Amino acid sequence: MSGHVVTEIRRGFYLDSVALMRLSREVAAMEGVVEAALMMGSPSNLAIMRDAGLIGPDCDARPNDLVLAIKARDAASAAAARDAALAGLDRPKAAAGGADAWRPRSIAAAVGALPAANLALISVPGDFAAAEARKALRRGLNVMMFSDNVGLADELSLKREARERGLLMMGPDCGTAIIGGVPLAFANRLRRGGIGIIGASGTGTQEVSCLISEAGGGISHAIGVGGRDLKREIGGLTTMAAMDLLDADPATTSVVLISKPPHEEVARKVVARIAASAKPWVVCFLGAGKLALPPNARQAASLRDAAELALGRPVGAGFDNAAAARGASGARRAGRIEGLFSGGTLAAEAQLVLRAAGRQVVSNAPVPGVGEPGQGDAGHDRIIDLGDDEYTRGRPHPMIDPSVRDDMLRAALNDPAVAVVLVDLVIGFGAHPDPAGHLAAIVAAAGPGHAPVVASVTGTAGDPQDRARQAAALAQAGIAVAPSNHHACGLALALATAR
Amino acid sequence: MGEAQDEAMTGAQRLLSGPVAVVNVGLEGFAAELRQNGVEAIHVDWTPPAGGDPKMAAILSKLGV
Repeated sequence: MSGHVVTEIRRGFYLDSVALMRLSREVAAMEGVVEAALMMGSPSNLAIMRDAGLIGPDCDARPNDLVLAIKARDAASAAAARDAALAGLDRPKAAAGGADAWRPRSIAAAVGALPAANLALISVPGDFAAAEARKALRRGLNVMMFSDNVGLADELSLKREARERGLLMMGPDCGTAIIGGVPLAFANRLRRGGIGIIGASGTGTQEVSCLISEAGGGISHAIGVGGRDLKREIGGLTTMAAMDLLDADPATTSVVLISKPPHEEVARKVVARIAASAKPWVVCFLGAGKLALPPNARQAASLRDAAELALGRPVGAGFDNAAAARGASGARRAGRIEGLFSGGTLAAEAQLVLRAAGRQVVSNAPVPGVGEPGQGDAGHDRIIDLGDDEYTRGRPHPMIDPSVRDDMLRAALNDPAVAVVLVDLVIGFGAHPDPAGHLAAIVAAAGPGHAPVVASVTGTAGDPQDRARQAAALAQAGIAVAPSNHHACGLALALATAR
Repeated sequence: MGEAQDEAMTGAQRLLSGPVAVVNVGLEGFAAELRQNGVEAIHVDWTPPAGGDPKMAAILSKLGV
């Protein structure tokens, strides 16, 4: 192994993964540093650092120890990076919330300090998340569990306990929720209104809620249930609780339900519950066949369709496919579509649109009827979900750090078989501060013969990144911007079949 | 809303009727963003319990520790 490696273990020192990612980035950018990792010593993190040659097989760090590992070109650079990392480790804890702020060490102490608390937002590593959620429920708190990698048995027992206590258990793997206008975790600032959303998918909920809000509609609450809630094993426990809540909620006048196709037993329960409601419902089970729904419900075939049915009017009015296509820089050629997505449900919607247009599609996260990438698919459209485990192992989600897309994007831009590159940008709280600027810089650096790029921006004018500002930065870089992911797929199809 | 009616509501119904007040356990940025949005939020200075042993942490949580 070339270079100079420095490893240090801080016993019993904890920092959250995003704070550690930021510090790792700072240190990695220092002069002479080849690679830098600051990670908690969980078995999976140790494996990543061992694979990268940053630690040896004898590293005895435990999950509550912090491991600092630096590879540098020479000893002096390694020492300087080590000093900077150690200084950085002591900085965030002192700076956060004011140096003199008292910080509770447990949920019990936090509830003592904030008796009005009614929700625990839990994003600790998956191994510990169920234990914290159980403590929260027993203190009378509703739970939003952002953490993933939580076992099915834990999920089921937590959801049963929540039901017995009359509490809401959102997640695990619940990326977004809006309660009474408050954006939680990865969420957007939306107009308030009468449309309630129940979503088993984070980016699906974000896309539908943002399309509604940007078109002038408003959201009462968006309740996340977690990606497995509608599976047979969980039986839709949180979905059913959310349906009861929104049906009884005076601020909610209609409800949109978004999920992958549920297990058929669970689907029957959901449909029966809708039939017992006096409110209008929109059901978007992405990829499902025709459903037998009661008269107060309509089925949406796409996220855009769900937003339009809830609103009662089209979204993206005035969008002109031909004009948008003319605005895209790059060479025109027939060929395949390369979709590089940060949102899993947006990737699923793209597959459905392309498949419905008669295209051959492969994906690492295939919807029913779509295959996985493999031999013999050279000319097929390829839709990659970059939020999938294979791309996020040991690194942040592409919505936080879009650079996971960079290498694949550069390759696709210069691949003569690629007619169009299709991408999503998801903005809002928790997300990268300027994904459009990041994307624009890469497209600008590509040669003049590059494949055209089509993008959509999931977000609103109220978000910190401002949807219109992001769209303008993309347009400035010659990237065609569509008003929704569904519109972007249509535009990509038009460009891919143009001669 | 009257106090008697509020008493009859479940914890989930009270969450929807608001205001939301959050105990944040994990990524500290979430608490900071909530405060920027004018939401009451308290951040727990969390470290892996039971010396970082998930099985022991699960047992302790079931015991109410």
